[in-house]
Amino acid sequence: MRLSFRDRSNFDMKVPLTWTAGVAVIIAAVIGVALLLGDRRETLQIQAYGVTKNVVDTLSAPVSNTLATPGRWTGNVFDLARDYLMAGSQNHQLRDEVGDLHVWQDKAIAMENENQRLRAVLGLKTDPPIPMVTAHVIADSRGPFADTRLADAGRGQGVTPGNPVMSERGLVGRVIGVGHDVSRILMLTDIASRTPVLIDRTNARAILSGDGGPNPKLAYMRGQDPVKVGDRVLTSGDGGVFPRGLPIGVAVQGLDGAWRVRLDSDSSPIDFVRILLFTDFSQIAEQKDALASGLPPLSAADAAEVAARVKTLSAPAPAGPATPPKTTAAAAANASATAKTLANALAASKTQAQPKHLPPPTPATTPPPDDETQ
Amino acid sequence: MSLLQSTRPLDPLRWLGLPALAAIVGTFLLAIPIKIFGLQLPEPVFPMVLAFAWAVIRPSVIAPFVLVLLGLFLDLFWGGPLGLWGVSLLASYTVVLASRSIMTGQSRPMRQVWFAGATALTMLTGFLIASVVSLAVPNLLSVFWQFLATSLLYPFAHRLIERFEDADVRFR
Repeated sequence: MRLSFRDRSNFDMKVPLTWTAGVAVIIAAVIGVALLLGDRRETLQIQAYGVTKNVVDTLSAPVSNTLATPGRWTGNVFDLARDYLMAGSQNHQLRDEVGDLHVWQDKAIAMENENQRLRAVLGLKTDPPIPMVTAHVIADSRGPFADTRLADAGRGQGVTPGNPVMSERGLVGRVIGVGHDVSRILMLTDIASRTPVLIDRTNARAILSGDGGPNPKLAYMRGQDPVKVGDRVLTSGDGGVFPRGLPIGVAVQGLDGAWRVRLDSDSSPIDFVRILLFTDFSQIAEQKDALASGLPPLSAADAAEVAARVKTLSAPAPAGPATPPKTTAAAAANASATAKTLANALAASKTQAQPKHLPPPTPATTPPPDDETQ
Repeated sequence: MSLLQSTRPLDPLRWLGLPALAAIVGTFLLAIPIKIFGLQLPEPVFPMVLAFAWAVIRPSVIAPFVLVLLGLFLDLFWGGPLGLWGVSLLASYTVVLASRSIMTGQSRPMRQVWFAGATALTMLTGFLIASVVSLAVPNLLSVFWQFLATSLLYPFAHRLIERFEDADVRFR
């Protein structure tokens, strides 16, 4: 019976598996390094996220959702137990907070009143509301090298890469990948996250850089003493990825001496999130809508005025020189084009009875039925 | 007959497939977004158990590729850079494989120290890769917490080694 090469004297050789395994390790390492070099995680482009990641997100979403459901129930039980055990101290703390909040409420009412008056005096237009989608967080990664969440709302709900994501307290991150019913959120604490922010008190700019820890760093700050402990940190809107003024947290100084931010979103569990369907500032200015829908419809008074002007422009010109100069011909052509445009506007105003300042809604910006608006 | 049985190669499904599946299930379970008394669940690197145990049990052609696949799963599921965990796990697998003759016959506490060392190597590799890819230094405290959570998984690695170490006497 032949057992192995080892038993044959003229073939005194070991099983070469050790060497083969070594070769396998080298090939596997080459594959791993190739994957690493080929990845483009840091960009915001849709193509960079890749089909593979989208497929994995889509496949893992139902599994994670199923696993997360009993987790939510038990989480609620733990929260209830903690609330019961801590009721006394929480009550004391809440009384103190209510006392402080009364003072803030008075200040807020006074400031809101003043704000409205100043806006009226200056004729300022406020930002239009940003449509948003509410989603469940169904999977959670919190490691030092990746800090992301999976949320159960995706392309089907109008979510696109780059959309800011907020919890009930403040900004938590932005969308980096979107499947049909699932999206991947890059948290502010992720090592690849960079967010332009401002210090509310001094209006100083900085970049909020995640490092995998709970408190991201404030980098590239300018000016003398631009920040002190307790300053509010908001999104600055620079670069157009986030709208300006979203709350992020409070400035604190780390043990290493670096300025960091204690995130508002840390104070409550991130189980529900609101995804702002914001892409850039052109959306706020509603340029896309304006371009897509042509001229806005007119009110009845304006329509009558337009009709009168159209009549004037369409009437035959009085007798003049036999060969009009070129500039006059160009002006006539312009007038004819204007007349056409105004006539179209008139027709539009007859078919759409809407106020002048509101363009008709387009499907791209119309929120789904269960959406909220900020 | 008994000699024949002892030289029979291990069934890859039993010592590679099922443990890999268990590592994936463990990763899914600990990714549940839940806070207990205000604390989040730990996030250990389950495939680290396999990177250590597989290298100690015997050399294999399939194991490194399964490790790369598991690393790819971690990258995709956790949303990190592709290849980070594959390369990190392979780094410790290679070192343990190269020094397995030293580890054979060691006591359990000693092996646990080796496991912690291998985990530290994996985390160090991940730290270096993340630093280069993201051009930022990862938070050392977070790295330490993940190292600690992963080091506590040694009982699983011990069980796997005890189960399969003697299954193929050619590599003892």
